Amino acid sequence: MTKRQKRLTLVLGVLAGVAIATGLILNAFRDAMVFFVTPSEVMAMTEMPERKFRIGGLVEAGSVVRDQQTVQVTFRVTDTAVSVPVTFEGILPDLFREGQGVVAEGRIDSQGVFHADKVLARHDEEYMPAEAQAAIERAGHPPGAGKGY
Amino acid sequence: MLPELGNFALVLALCLAIAQSVLPLIGASTGNEPLMRTGRSLAVGQFVFLVFSYFALTWAFVVSDFSVEYVARNSNLALPMQYKITAVWGGHEGSLLMWVTILAAWGVAVAAFSKALPREMLARVMGVLGMVSVGFLAFTVLTSNPFNRLLRVPADGADLNPLLQDPGMIVHPPLLYMGYVGMSVVFAFAIAALISGRLDAAWARWSRPWTTVAWCFMTLGIGVGSWWAYYELGWGGWWFWDPVENASFMPWLVATALIHSLAVTEKRGGFKVWTLMLAILAFALTILGAFIVRSGVITSVHSFAADPDRGIFLLGMLAVTLLGALLLYALRAPRVGFGGGFGWYSRESLLLGNNVLLAVACAAVFVGTFYPLALDAFGLGKISVGPPYFDSVFLPLMIPLLFLVGIAPQVAWKLADPVETARQLRWAFLAALAISVVWPLTMGLWKPLTALGLGLAAWILLTAALDIRNRMMRRRSQGIGSMVRSLRPSFFGMHLAHAGLAIVVVAISMVNSYEVDRDVRLGPGETASAGGFEFTLMGVEPVRGPNYDADQATIIVTRNEAHVAVLTPQRRYYDSQPENPMLQASLNRRPTRDVYVSLGERLEGEAWLVRLHYKPYMFWMWTGGLLMAFGGFLAAADRRYRLARDRAFITEEGLAPPKRPVGREVLE
Repeated sequence: MTKRQKRLTLVLGVLAGVAIATGLILNAFRDAMVFFVTPSEVMAMTEMPERKFRIGGLVEAGSVVRDQQTVQVTFRVTDTAVSVPVTFEGILPDLFREGQGVVAEGRIDSQGVFHADKVLARHDEEYMPAEAQAAIERAGHPPGAGKGY
Repeated sequence: MLPELGNFALVLALCLAIAQSVLPLIGASTGNEPLMRTGRSLAVGQFVFLVFSYFALTWAFVVSDFSVEYVARNSNLALPMQYKITAVWGGHEGSLLMWVTILAAWGVAVAAFSKALPREMLARVMGVLGMVSVGFLAFTVLTSNPFNRLLRVPADGADLNPLLQDPGMIVHPPLLYMGYVGMSVVFAFAIAALISGRLDAAWARWSRPWTTVAWCFMTLGIGVGSWWAYYELGWGGWWFWDPVENASFMPWLVATALIHSLAVTEKRGGFKVWTLMLAILAFALTILGAFIVRSGVITSVHSFAADPDRGIFLLGMLAVTLLGALLLYALRAPRVGFGGGFGWYSRESLLLGNNVLLAVACAAVFVGTFYPLALDAFGLGKISVGPPYFDSVFLPLMIPLLFLVGIAPQVAWKLADPVETARQLRWAFLAALAISVVWPLTMGLWKPLTALGLGLAAWILLTAALDIRNRMMRRRSQGIGSMVRSLRPSFFGMHLAHAGLAIVVVAISMVNSYEVDRDVRLGPGETASAGGFEFTLMGVEPVRGPNYDADQATIIVTRNEAHVAVLTPQRRYYDSQPENPMLQASLNRRPTRDVYVSLGERLEGEAWLVRLHYKPYMFWMWTGGLLMAFGGFLAAADRRYRLARDRAFITEEGLAPPKRPVGREVLE
């Protein structure tokens, strides 16, 4: 091969590698993408999606019920307009509170109960999860709470 | 009074930085030697003022001067003294002050250790470092001054975030900042090379140790951060693909590519413009990391709006850096050129493979981190991509990368023979294959992915051992002393770092396949099992810490009736925020597994929620990380680089650097 051909082969090789990688990234992205849905949007669903998704909002006051014999806990996530029942098995995050922002990731069953396999609460004292805040704002009730300094 | 002096010193440092970003560059372009020399003294002056400023802030914490807003927010009277001192970098403003202080320290180090650099080159490096300093100091003074006073002085401060009251927190940020900030030095070298349009082997030899040292600190910082998340957060994970973690991982990936690309630039004069591009990108990614962490864009898009100045300032800095650097790059890179050619199978081509894989990995992390943010910022909906995305992208990228790690060090520069490599490495390959079959069986269940991971790790370790052996055997006739001396630090350090990587791969393969995390309800005397261990709750008592109350459980761990450990996880209620309990995990570590437990909520009666973890080979993760950093430090300490500095005098006088022979003896 001439020098020119060699260089061309090299460039083509790198390009092919990058193309494969791009395909890989896009494919993985499509599979792993988790959409965010507000409680109002969940209520408006006509058929329940198979995919995992996230819901966010406030933990409805007085809705947290901890089963005393198992590790199951149930609560309702509200965007101040409607609320969705959620069940979760395990230890909730440190900063999980009634009346505070929360995001849950999981699947919904045909009864409309959301089975969370991940629950995220506020990161620290000062903020609420962005998604929770967005859910409340989309429902038309901008909250004053949740901001610190 | 002291805080005002600290503030004054901070502003003075900014003034010196402004001078440093102008004078040496003018000197370098006009050939004015006194002006060129100002760079060094200005850097020292800046450092002195910043150290003073830093101590002024520390003192405010030590004496609990709550008239300083930052102290009032991040400390209180009951905070133990060691955490008062570390609280200096526990919040945004103070950590930024630490950042600029470390930046100034790197500047002084460059000035001190680069006396043999050509004058113009050193002046330009100092000038660019001055510009970086101006950016971060202006950011501190204008948007995040840690010395702001409160008009009404509170009787007590708020508190340091209890999560940060941990030894991991003491070392994690300084290490990571050392790494981040070290990238500015690499960037300064790259820009200086672009300004002069000259990029030779000597330049690469000067840049290499700085890059490697910065990379080592970054590795340590990321490792400690991972350890801290694993232990202190008690979630049982060691890496979450969280945007803040990704912010540190992206520059690390690029810096890793840069180290390898610099090797080609130094040894073979190749990859020149690519090396410069990586140096610019690594630095830009550290600013981007600062933006992610500090603008509030992650915790909440709305807190970004609440404090837009910081985010906009950092974005502006990123834009100026990238535009300026890339413009210069576009103008000058053609003059620098790509450098020497090489055969399709050679160490260069394999290192090119390394660079492409690492760059793509970085791009994948970038997409996964920023695409959801961008989508949200433009109001196109909210999505998130979690660990499944990163896992499925990383796996196919890392497999060929790890395979290459075993081959590239053994392959000659310029042109090599794949048949020869195959012949050399066939036994290592077969042994690695055997290990990949047998090792997973020790865990009771054979899994293909674990086998692949362990096989690749064994492949790296075996080929490294083989390479070391071959090198020593070549000097066999000259006695044992000569054999040991043939293992030059740069050669041995490289293999140590690769071995560290292999050990981390072992940990990842094992823990991902065989870990067990269980949340259980335990009453007094009740037992639950996880990973072959039995956990019995003996009881829970209240205990008192220096600034918190805690419920402390006593849990006895046994395996097949044999006693293993007594674990005492706590649920802490800090005095400053008793309504927010914090988990404090308790851990029992052995070389091939961790068991640890964290204490959740109390249920009715005396029962508690308890999280049980069984984590095989976690210890290898931290050991591997340490080994990588140690290998890097060793390589950077090679005498070769110091000799290179002395040789620079010759280059400066117009003599070409000695032609290096191309042969086996310079292949490290």
